Amino acid sequence: MTTSAPAARGERDGRADGAAPARPAVLTMQQAINRALAEALAEDPRTLVFGEDVGRLGGVFRVTDGLQRRFGEDRVFDTPLAESGIVGLAVGLAMNGWRPVPELQFDGFAYPAVDQIVNQVARMHYRTRGAAPMPVTLRVPSFGGIRAPEHHGESLEALFAHVPGLKVCAPSSPAEAHQLLLQSVRADDPVVYLEPKARYWERGPVPDDGPAPPVGTSRVVRPGRHATLVAWGAMVHRCLQVARLAAEDGVELEVVDLRWLKPIDADGLAASVARTRRAVVVHEAPLTAGLGAEVAALVQERAFRSLAAPVQRVTGFDVPYPAGPLEPKYLPTVDRVLLAVQRVLEF
Amino acid sequence: MADTAKPKGGGTARSTGGRRRSRKDAAPSIADEQPKTLLEYYRQMLLIRRFEERTAQAYTQARIGGYCHLNLGEEATIVGLMTALQERDYLFTNYREHGYAIGKGIHPRRVMAELYGRSTGVSKGWGGSMHMFDTETRMLGGYGIVGGQLPLATGAALAVSYRGGDEVVMCQMGDGTTNIGAWHESLNIASLWNLPVVFVVINNYTGMGTTVEKSSAEPELYKRGSAFRIEGVRVDGQDVLAVRDAATDLVERARSEQRPFLLEAMSHRMKGHSVVDPAKYRTPEQVEEAKANDPVASFESQLLEAGVLTEELKQEIADSVRDEVTDAADFAENSPHPDVATLFDYTYATPVANESRRMPADPVFAD
Repeated sequence: MTTSAPAARGERDGRADGAAPARPAVLTMQQAINRALAEALAEDPRTLVFGEDVGRLGGVFRVTDGLQRRFGEDRVFDTPLAESGIVGLAVGLAMNGWRPVPELQFDGFAYPAVDQIVNQVARMHYRTRGAAPMPVTLRVPSFGGIRAPEHHGESLEALFAHVPGLKVCAPSSPAEAHQLLLQSVRADDPVVYLEPKARYWERGPVPDDGPAPPVGTSRVVRPGRHATLVAWGAMVHRCLQVARLAAEDGVELEVVDLRWLKPIDADGLAASVARTRRAVVVHEAPLTAGLGAEVAALVQERAFRSLAAPVQRVTGFDVPYPAGPLEPKYLPTVDRVLLAVQRVLEF
Repeated sequence: MADTAKPKGGGTARSTGGRRRSRKDAAPSIADEQPKTLLEYYRQMLLIRRFEERTAQAYTQARIGGYCHLNLGEEATIVGLMTALQERDYLFTNYREHGYAIGKGIHPRRVMAELYGRSTGVSKGWGGSMHMFDTETRMLGGYGIVGGQLPLATGAALAVSYRGGDEVVMCQMGDGTTNIGAWHESLNIASLWNLPVVFVVINNYTGMGTTVEKSSAEPELYKRGSAFRIEGVRVDGQDVLAVRDAATDLVERARSEQRPFLLEAMSHRMKGHSVVDPAKYRTPEQVEEAKANDPVASFESQLLEAGVLTEELKQEIADSVRDEVTDAADFAENSPHPDVATLFDYTYATPVANESRRMPADPVFAD
């Protein structure tokens, strides 16, 4: 760019102490994201964190707690309630050499910013043939499961995954949250980072920052041989629950955490299905034109001859996000996933 | 700790850059100007006029595709505004941008080539009429979505403010933009955080076919800045000297005082909203009024009257401008289209695993 950006990113891989790695810290996902943000702010003076109530308050979910105190009001700051403005600011900053990490407070609040996300964030690099860098990481507390009303429990992954120019990811554990966020912030592309609110308080080991699997790779979180369950975010845990129950009946389910929803790990999916010959994809978003359709299409394109049964989808229903008390019925239940497993096994 | 984080610059002393005059005087007069300066303004205005006429012609000949919004009638405004900017200042515009691109210093060849969709264009043929982007001249984009550029310009001003830089961001838009949410969000943030950005509203009385009176509850648009404590000024957009002086004043004040300003330039659009709009919603009187207010013709007769321009000089400038436009069109015509092999380039800055790069007849099944 034409402007002189601040000093480039500092050394991030050097371990000053040189000591043997200690046992990984056990953190909640919300603490893991906070730690990743702090590390990103510390390693690169161009990183900026901003959004509604992220500064003084530390965010609705306390994800940015303490960051303003530590890094100052210039680098971690509150914005007005203006989602389109927040994302547009990020675009203007990014094309001038900064690495913005804005937050949109809730999934449903991203809709007012879709104009900027789709029309500008995703396209600037392409439209300008690389003249405008766009290293924006857009954090969006997402998905359901906390008995919140509509606008506060929605799944927007298919919407964003449909937009060329964006990358999309969703962590399922504190360790994944930490690693995926650092990877997103360090990427030179815009990434929509969807945080599963329902898992914010889950505790887990978070290894120190280190080499990460490449963008666009999935992870087998439980190996199995009878069928593959594909999920992301909180649904990974639903699938692990299902796998444990199925194991009691001697059915070994493989659980694949997709992690990256754009680009999708088609090779990883094909490899898993080549082992299990059956697949069930599980997501919270409504069925029609959901990301499960893309997963099913990729599996049949890449592994058609391996398949012993049609890919099944277990999803939210084709209705607007229901009120809190009905949420447990709306989200994929263990029973619904088990039923789909039965269907692929008995086909 | 303050309630609101207010990003601030480094607090270094800032130079005020270009000339600074008192604008409290009466309307600027050509008698006070250097003939050379006046002739240069005239030449630039005529260049934009002829360039846009040639653009319209090329469009009807199907040399230019897509949509195409011309600056015909806006020449005095453009030259006045661009004269007010320093080279280091940034510019964001809407989709009616060809003249601004030229005014900001991009060669007419590259602008025309972009319109033709050729790889020698400002955005290598990928931006087209509405999306020219050039870091060298700090033209940070024309934008096709109404209001799309406002939050971006605000962000760019925030970037300047962070650095403690002394550049100013100018953000041009049409009158209709003042009704869109991004206007409110951006002016609020710019004022709240004291950002050096000058928002410029080109009021040509109509948003496509709907008048300002029928779409804005406060049709005196410069007053709309008061909701954000942004000082607003209205200027006759047909008068290049008035625009230059008003814009220079606000740009330099934005630079020295580190806060946003609003300028409304009253301008006449001489043709439809876009090349394909016959503008049938206009009465014959309105069309006559636009013609009578032709800024190029009126500046020309003023210069002739003042003896700054002679018939001979006029012909000389006309010839040179015609040659320049012809050269630009020839350059565009003889430039290659982008190679289809580059279709997938720049979608992402970094390599993407599992990327779908399917072209017709590519194998789909990879089992």
